[in-house]
Amino acid sequence: VEAASIRGDRAVLARSPLARLPDRVLKYGLSVLAALILALIVFFFIRLVGEARPAFAKTGVLGFAFDNDWTPSINHFGALPLLVGTLITSALALIIGVPVAVATAIYATELCPLRLRAPLTVLVELLAAVPSVVYGLWGIFFLAPKLRGAEQWVADRLSLVPFIGGGLVTIPNYFITGLVLAMMILPIVSAISREVMSTVPLDQKEAALGLGATRWEMIRIAVIPYCRPGIVGGAMLGLGRAIGETIAVTILIGDAPRLGSHLFGQGYSLAAVIANEFGEAQGLHRSALFAAGLVLFVLTLLVNGVARGLVVRSTRRTRPSGIATSAGPAPPVADVAVGA
Amino acid sequence: MSADAPTGDLAARFGVSPARQRKDRIARTTLLGATILALIPLVLILYYLLKKGLGAWSSSFFTTDPTGNTFFKSSSIGGVKSAILGTIEIVALASAIAVPIGVGVAVWLVEYGKSSWFAHAVRFFVDVLTGVPSILFGLFIYIVLIVGTGSSFAGYKGSFALSLLMLPVVIRSAEVILLLVPAGLRESALALGAPRWKVIFSIVLPTALPGMITGVLLAVARAAGETAPLLFTAASTKATTLNLGEFMNSLPVQIYNDVTSPTTAVVDRAWGAALTLVTLILVLNLLARLVARRSRLA
Repeated sequence: VEAASIRGDRAVLARSPLARLPDRVLKYGLSVLAALILALIVFFFIRLVGEARPAFAKTGVLGFAFDNDWTPSINHFGALPLLVGTLITSALALIIGVPVAVATAIYATELCPLRLRAPLTVLVELLAAVPSVVYGLWGIFFLAPKLRGAEQWVADRLSLVPFIGGGLVTIPNYFITGLVLAMMILPIVSAISREVMSTVPLDQKEAALGLGATRWEMIRIAVIPYCRPGIVGGAMLGLGRAIGETIAVTILIGDAPRLGSHLFGQGYSLAAVIANEFGEAQGLHRSALFAAGLVLFVLTLLVNGVARGLVVRSTRRTRPSGIATSAGPAPPVADVAVGA
Repeated sequence: MSADAPTGDLAARFGVSPARQRKDRIARTTLLGATILALIPLVLILYYLLKKGLGAWSSSFFTTDPTGNTFFKSSSIGGVKSAILGTIEIVALASAIAVPIGVGVAVWLVEYGKSSWFAHAVRFFVDVLTGVPSILFGLFIYIVLIVGTGSSFAGYKGSFALSLLMLPVVIRSAEVILLLVPAGLRESALALGAPRWKVIFSIVLPTALPGMITGVLLAVARAAGETAPLLFTAASTKATTLNLGEFMNSLPVQIYNDVTSPTTAVVDRAWGAALTLVTLILVLNLLARLVARRSRLA
């Protein structure tokens, strides 16, 4: 009798189609949700291109990107001062921020007394909790006036060096913007570096020490080469952050319509121009701002794409499945902790 | 180790030359110095924020709305009541949008998508979303909800912009936590005959809950400090409103507007608002850490 019922249409243990319904609803419902994320970004990109088209149509994409004059009052929109301003400030942020961030990560993972490691990590991550607008407020009312004298001193001493020396230091300028950006990217670069350093195999470090290396030689021989792609990836993520940073830059950079003549002079950036002018922009001006947004979007996509690839490659070596193990938190945790 | 060998000679006994020792000491000192250098801005920001912010705080600071009256003495410029309430309303709605969608996508990634090509595509796009500058979310919502509908700024539009910003943070943190739920738990439930949806709702999600709360709180903390997405979506207004369909003030936007003021009293108001905002965000971060400590996973 049992054999007959098993040989029937349905197995004894199978659920009725009605009972299977919630499972299907959940599965396809969630798939739709996931597909929504993809659709959203594609839709955004298409709409952004659509809104930016009038500005590109007037001067061409290259004409837009390489014209050194952004004067909305005469409907002249060249994005070179913005693009270069973004690049100068982001490069400064990397030059100042990355060495400090990596040094902090090395100190926290290799040298610091165990008891201090957690508090040190928390403190560095607190820098990520400070909102952008507060960095701007602090930068313009505290940091910029305090450093003005020192900046002028450097500018005078290096008066023969093109772009850095000479000129009068203004309160909002490229350098202050880059310096504040360096503080803002420090937590994420440091967190990713720490994450990557925690994947260095212990035997590799012990082998170096066992062969008689000092601590520093061990770090130089066993830790840094192993982590290089990950650190570069972390730095690139920081670069993406610096390029897209808006409010602090808007407050600190000084809204100059042309490319600044020196490091301590006023400039402009892609993100800042949008924050500053979008509110009252009409017609072609608005389209030009959307075009600036599009350039910003593409720039951050490229930088982040390369960065993600590098970070994933260097953390995956020890975790082939990409699934978090008990050895340590998975890479995304670092992102989350610093609000990536 | 014999007691007569002082530790200082240890390196010499193992053949570490003075030059290498010196290099080691210099490198360690430099690393320590850089670490201290990294902490200096934090100390300076917090110190200056407390000094300036506490000076601006008064009993009426939290109970009055900001006024446009900036030419007279500080008592007439008002406080931050509408900004605090606005921030809470906008961020609450943003979380109500981003958390269910984010957790849903994370559950799909872990339970269904796994390592299919589609799941990889979704993960890639979530990463893309993480890297998009926040001001572009504001532009996006502006295109869709303001140009698209021909209407004006509103609090809920700001919430949509912030929810886009929170989404990748929620998805990524929830995914990490869901991956940590032991496979044995799922398998035992399935073996007992529970359908998939029941396994997800009564086994997987409750187990992962504390960890996911941590991720959500960090996402909320991040959204609360964002100015750029609100500039062209919610804008600012002086008065307190509970209607998310109207223009709405928020702490970051008020600070941003006050920074550019030539009046000292208004700048002081910005410092007071900044201290309020940072306190709010630090409390959220602290809560997130406490919840994370309670979690049995990770």
